[in-house]
Amino acid sequence: MLQEESDLALIIAQIVQKLKGSNLYAQLERQAWASLQRPEIKLESLKEDIKEFFKISGWEKKLQNAVYSELNVFPLPSHPAAPPEHLKEPLVYMRKAQGSWEKRILKSLNSMCTELSIPLARKRPVGEQKELLNKWNEMGTDEPDLSLFRPVYAPKDFLEVLINLRNPNYENGDSHSFRTHLGLIQVPLKVKDIPELKEFFVELGLTAGQLGIDDSTQVPPELFENEHVRIGQKVLSEQDSAAAQQYIRQGSPTALRAELWALILNISSQPEDILYYEQLKTNVIQHDLLVDSLIYKDVKLTASNDDYYFVFEDYLYQVLLCFSRDTSVLGHFAYNSASPPKSYIRGKLGLEEYAVFYPPNGVIPFHGFSMYVAPLCFLYHEPSKLYQIFREMYVRFFFRLHSISSHPSGIVSLCLLFETLLQTYLPQLFYHLREIGAQPLRISFKWMVRAFSGYLATDQLLLLWDRILGYNSLEILAVLAAAVFAFRAVNLMEVTSLAAAEAVLADLSTLKVMPLLQIFLFATVT
Amino acid sequence: MPRMALTRKCRDSRLGAGSTVLNLIEHTSTHTPAKWVTCLRDYCLMPDPHSEEGAQEYVSLFKHQMLCDMGKVLELRLILRQPSPLWLSFTVEELQIYQQGPKDLGIWFQVSPTLPASGQYAFALQSPSMTFPKWLSHPVPCEQPAPLLEGLPDPSRVSSEVQQMWALTEMIRASHTSTRIGRFDVDGCYDLNLLSYT
Repeated sequence: MLQEESDLALIIAQIVQKLKGSNLYAQLERQAWASLQRPEIKLESLKEDIKEFFKISGWEKKLQNAVYSELNVFPLPSHPAAPPEHLKEPLVYMRKAQGSWEKRILKSLNSMCTELSIPLARKRPVGEQKELLNKWNEMGTDEPDLSLFRPVYAPKDFLEVLINLRNPNYENGDSHSFRTHLGLIQVPLKVKDIPELKEFFVELGLTAGQLGIDDSTQVPPELFENEHVRIGQKVLSEQDSAAAQQYIRQGSPTALRAELWALILNISSQPEDILYYEQLKTNVIQHDLLVDSLIYKDVKLTASNDDYYFVFEDYLYQVLLCFSRDTSVLGHFAYNSASPPKSYIRGKLGLEEYAVFYPPNGVIPFHGFSMYVAPLCFLYHEPSKLYQIFREMYVRFFFRLHSISSHPSGIVSLCLLFETLLQTYLPQLFYHLREIGAQPLRISFKWMVRAFSGYLATDQLLLLWDRILGYNSLEILAVLAAAVFAFRAVNLMEVTSLAAAEAVLADLSTLKVMPLLQIFLFATVT
Repeated sequence: MPRMALTRKCRDSRLGAGSTVLNLIEHTSTHTPAKWVTCLRDYCLMPDPHSEEGAQEYVSLFKHQMLCDMGKVLELRLILRQPSPLWLSFTVEELQIYQQGPKDLGIWFQVSPTLPASGQYAFALQSPSMTFPKWLSHPVPCEQPAPLLEGLPDPSRVSSEVQQMWALTEMIRASHTSTRIGRFDVDGCYDLNLLSYT
């Protein structure tokens, strides 16, 4: 059909455009030139021979993986009349809400700056630079006075903003009617119902093997686990991103997980990447940012207090401080409803040549931000690789958990999906919790914002994140949240206050996520 | 009479009760008396009318979607059906009509200050005419696609379509503000004022 072809042609043109500036393009060019030496490349069939060479040597696969990565991350080309803001977020009222929320954050940061008389950024004196370089690998031993710093915002502040989100063109009557939602979220976004979720998550069904269920000690490994590991090894040897993404939907064997995630995220540690990371490290050494103190504070408050993650404290600083200096992260704002904060060099207010982003990567960390990095430390021990993986995870998934957008994987949709699932399939529980003033979202919000990091046991969390990568969607977080409520429904029906409900759901560390998800999606009588 | 060539963006649409639809009627006049003709029937704009899906999307309609010849049009009438009682208002905004051909009167990007509210859609129908890089205008002949490309369109046809869309990517690129400079400071200096709110 004419239209699909035009769309396809457009997508091809856009991807070619993007890849032209990349490392891979330069490498392919070099390889093509070098291949001219080879005897099998003949002048009369030059193009075909080079293509054949690429296929055999694995370069075609690398190109395929790069194209697949682009398709996964970047939204499809938009309509020619649509402005860039439309690509970030199509709904105007959501853009406005995100804008006001950002303004609040900036005000908060500015007031912290003026109150404490600390500059946003400061060039370190040479002595201090040397000192920091020396203790780069043990920044956790530092005990700076962070008592005056407070996190810019916490998830519960963000929840209040989402609760007050309204579409001005929507019938928000004062009295309750069929239009008012029973939960906290009042915007009518489209979310999947259980039949649609069953179709979407078909590989999690009862008839398919799962790691997290069918690899437990009682199940003989010949039934599923051995074969699954064998397939995983084959996928890795083929170096095929798309196959890896499909494979990981049924979970990843622990031994293969680091490589599989790197393959899916299309991360390969080239010398250029290591050099880039070293450059970021130099930037950290040279300039001290106010945001660094926020990062320190966050790590000290969250990851350092966590039984599983405190050992990785030093890694967290090494990743997060560099992350703040990484201007390549600015690229994701093209499809993120958020925008990077702007500032001017002192004395040059208003002059565009002196306009800069602050922090350089445009991302202001909030309370709990370091928990996005912590679980990755179990998989990657080399700082530059750990860094690359985290950065890719952030620009693909995590940014959606703290910006206001209508995207199906955005936090607003996840909240609505959670509430809708709970209301539809556990109406008594939902009603009861509402009546006692314990709206379920108030409890589950913090789980979803952190993608359950710090709440589940690490092996379970990694099984969950396997599926986030496999399905390229965060919707599983909302489904798991609802499944947890379903699991503890009996206890929750007996509580009479929000505090008691919180207590029932305080400890998730004993939960096994895959059985919970399977039961909720495929084995609950509706 | 201007000839109308309309480009279309494909959207999946489920026609259900209450979905928003569209009728375009052309009013042609030659030697016969002018009459209204339906040229597009029941075109779904919001797949799920009670939710935000498709609420502020930009839509294109193409000539080949029209049921009749768009050669001689005097007037166009759009008929919208209410998507859902949940929305206070529903309209179409930023409507633009372009033509293709020697006259090339098409405007690529429209300039419109109005903000569509939910339940409204923006329409832009256009096709460009710009010069294209050589490798696109001369697709290589005799390319035998490998069997795995079955189901995909013929490459030479795709290339000629890419010619139509090349200007689109150029415009997208031009409108991108991202400047990946790598360095975040200005001449080594990163001494900042406070953050600005604009």
